Amino acid sequence: MRIVVGRGSCGNAAGASDVFAAFVAAGFAPAITGCVGACYLEPIVDIYYDSGAKKRFVRVDEKGTDEIIKHLKGEENHVVDYTIGDNDAKILLEQKRVALVNCGVINPEDINEYIAKNGYEAIKAIVAGRTPEEVIEEVKVSGLAGRGGAGFPTWFKWNAARQNAADKKYIICNADEGDPGAFMDRAIIEGDPHAIIEGMMIAGFAIGSDEGIVYVRAEYPLAITRLEIALEQARSGGYLGKNLFGTDWSFDIRIKAGAGAFVCGEETALIASLEGERGMPRLKPPFPAQKGYKGKPSNINNVETLANVPWILRNGGCAFAAMGTENSKGTKVFALAGKINNGGLVEVPMGATLNDVIFGLGGGIKDGKAFKAVQMGGPSGGCIPAELGDTIIDYKSLAETGAIMGSGGMVVMDEHTCMVGLAKFFLEFTCKESCGKCTHCRIGTKRMLEILERITNGEGRDGDIELLEELSGAIKEGSLCALGQTAPNPVLTTLKYFRNEYIDHIKHKKCTAKSCRPLLTFSIKEDMCTGCNLCGKHCPVSGIKGDLWHVHSVENSSCIACGKCTHSCPFGAIVVE
Amino acid sequence: MDIDLKALDGVFAVAGRDEGALIAVLQGAQDLYGYLPMEVLERIADEMGLAVAKVLGVTTFYAQFRTKPVGKNLILLCQGTACHVNDSAMVEEVISEHLGIAEGDITDDGLFSYNNVACLGCCSLAPAMMIGDKVYGNLDREKIEKILDDIREVALCE
Repeated sequence: MRIVVGRGSCGNAAGASDVFAAFVAAGFAPAITGCVGACYLEPIVDIYYDSGAKKRFVRVDEKGTDEIIKHLKGEENHVVDYTIGDNDAKILLEQKRVALVNCGVINPEDINEYIAKNGYEAIKAIVAGRTPEEVIEEVKVSGLAGRGGAGFPTWFKWNAARQNAADKKYIICNADEGDPGAFMDRAIIEGDPHAIIEGMMIAGFAIGSDEGIVYVRAEYPLAITRLEIALEQARSGGYLGKNLFGTDWSFDIRIKAGAGAFVCGEETALIASLEGERGMPRLKPPFPAQKGYKGKPSNINNVETLANVPWILRNGGCAFAAMGTENSKGTKVFALAGKINNGGLVEVPMGATLNDVIFGLGGGIKDGKAFKAVQMGGPSGGCIPAELGDTIIDYKSLAETGAIMGSGGMVVMDEHTCMVGLAKFFLEFTCKESCGKCTHCRIGTKRMLEILERITNGEGRDGDIELLEELSGAIKEGSLCALGQTAPNPVLTTLKYFRNEYIDHIKHKKCTAKSCRPLLTFSIKEDMCTGCNLCGKHCPVSGIKGDLWHVHSVENSSCIACGKCTHSCPFGAIVVE
Repeated sequence: MDIDLKALDGVFAVAGRDEGALIAVLQGAQDLYGYLPMEVLERIADEMGLAVAKVLGVTTFYAQFRTKPVGKNLILLCQGTACHVNDSAMVEEVISEHLGIAEGDITDDGLFSYNNVACLGCCSLAPAMMIGDKVYGNLDREKIEKILDDIREVALCE
């Protein structure tokens, strides 16, 4: 019998560390695995019985752990309360897993479990009998495109780097997952680090490189640790190092921890950062494939892109291309978060609709609220409104809405999310993260942010919308890199689909989502107030008047709209407008 | 506070002194001192043959680097999109109120500081925060206060 505890960062945060420790304390020897993607079910414990049967237990808290231990000891128990529901099990089965194929299945800290899943077979077969050109052709057939956001054909980048002769070339894995709302790269490294190593080896063989670098966010300590363990095991297992598999090809990988800058997701900025500089983009050409890290041809691929590579080489490019749509092949991993019931990672073939993901796999909106919009592609992307939920997920269809595929972050919003506030949130982000090189991006985002701050503070003016549009155009035109060129997208898409909300804020000084505090007024419904004075006790500015057991009222002149009275009132007597 | 600059030798031994190692050196130095005081930056510039302005330029570019000291427990508040729509503003309000500090300040007992950071990548647990290497998710007022009180209690016992 094997006990396996899901221990990705999310699992640990949900309590998996305690669950693991409890099994150890009870005399068991549990194994670990990475994120299976169902974050909303964490902590998850899988039991593989000697009979061959398998049971999955979910939301395992302290009591749940006790019940499972009793169950394993054959004592009377209530383990059934923690058994995964049919619907949740179905959601996991319904996905088509390529990049996540081993995540939540194997122990990421044991190379043998990766090998048992045909790991490192693709690279061995390639080194033994295929040419770099054949490898690039296979990836071309697969139709794999960059999963980091831009969607550029992977084979084209590899081929360009291959064509440029040099004494030294580099393969760089971009694990600087900066989109606030995406976490698939973290989950893949934590759950299946050897797939990244093998993907980088295949890319290295294809372009003629002997050195790989993983540029990973310092905020992902567990991913870094798991990757370090994997690299060590690969080296001692003879998968990394000199003269691999009895040939004269050598390849090794090192890790570089990023220091926190969103712009470093851009290739030339990432290279500058690797070289110890400020991460500021430069003009292209020369492209990294011509002149990259230390002036040598370099190929940069995103984590999810590389995770697909071993699968493609094992199963053939055609098998990958058989999934998806005309212009977008294969599968895509999405990080579902926000106001959604089943938050986590899902992998679906391209061509599924947004509604399939949000309502099918995602289980719909939390607390039965109405689906308002979904933000795709993070700060560079845009908001897609609920009425476009039938949009097909492929690069082209998403771009037509004004949003982008991006790295696959899907932040779902309900009726209580103010779209002007959301646009302001993204502008705060891009304004802070602008490297400062281009004037339009550096100053333009600041001016846009100031306008949005004014609007959400109830000080919006006629002409603000037009000014936002004008600035958006100027920033798009006047910025060197994608950070600046896409920075206005959240404003443009919310203006396109939710223009009324802007007008409500500016003209009527109303926030219909009831989220912009300076625009809210609080009052107490006389017929529902019992005069218990709970609200008065919670009010930090003593702005609620009334004698005990008599109807209270809110003094609007002192109210700071903190909302504490609303939360404290047991009778729902406080009205927010 | 006297800063033992000699300890930097260990950082250089691991990261090297090439220009490309600057970020790794700064990361090592910050691990060592908890922040990057001016004396340390000057010493790094000196050792690596770089202008102090260059070292300071790189230091201030990246969010990870701090030039001011922090409390023993640095709380990183996630400001990702998912946390934003799940009311991360409340988390900051509670922490700030409970500890009586603003972002970047240190509590009087030297135990806590907090910083707003970009996404921690635990979006399905929003709103989330990280203390040390540990991520805490699905935060609400009671949970946050308990986490802070527990850490304080443990620290007082030590």
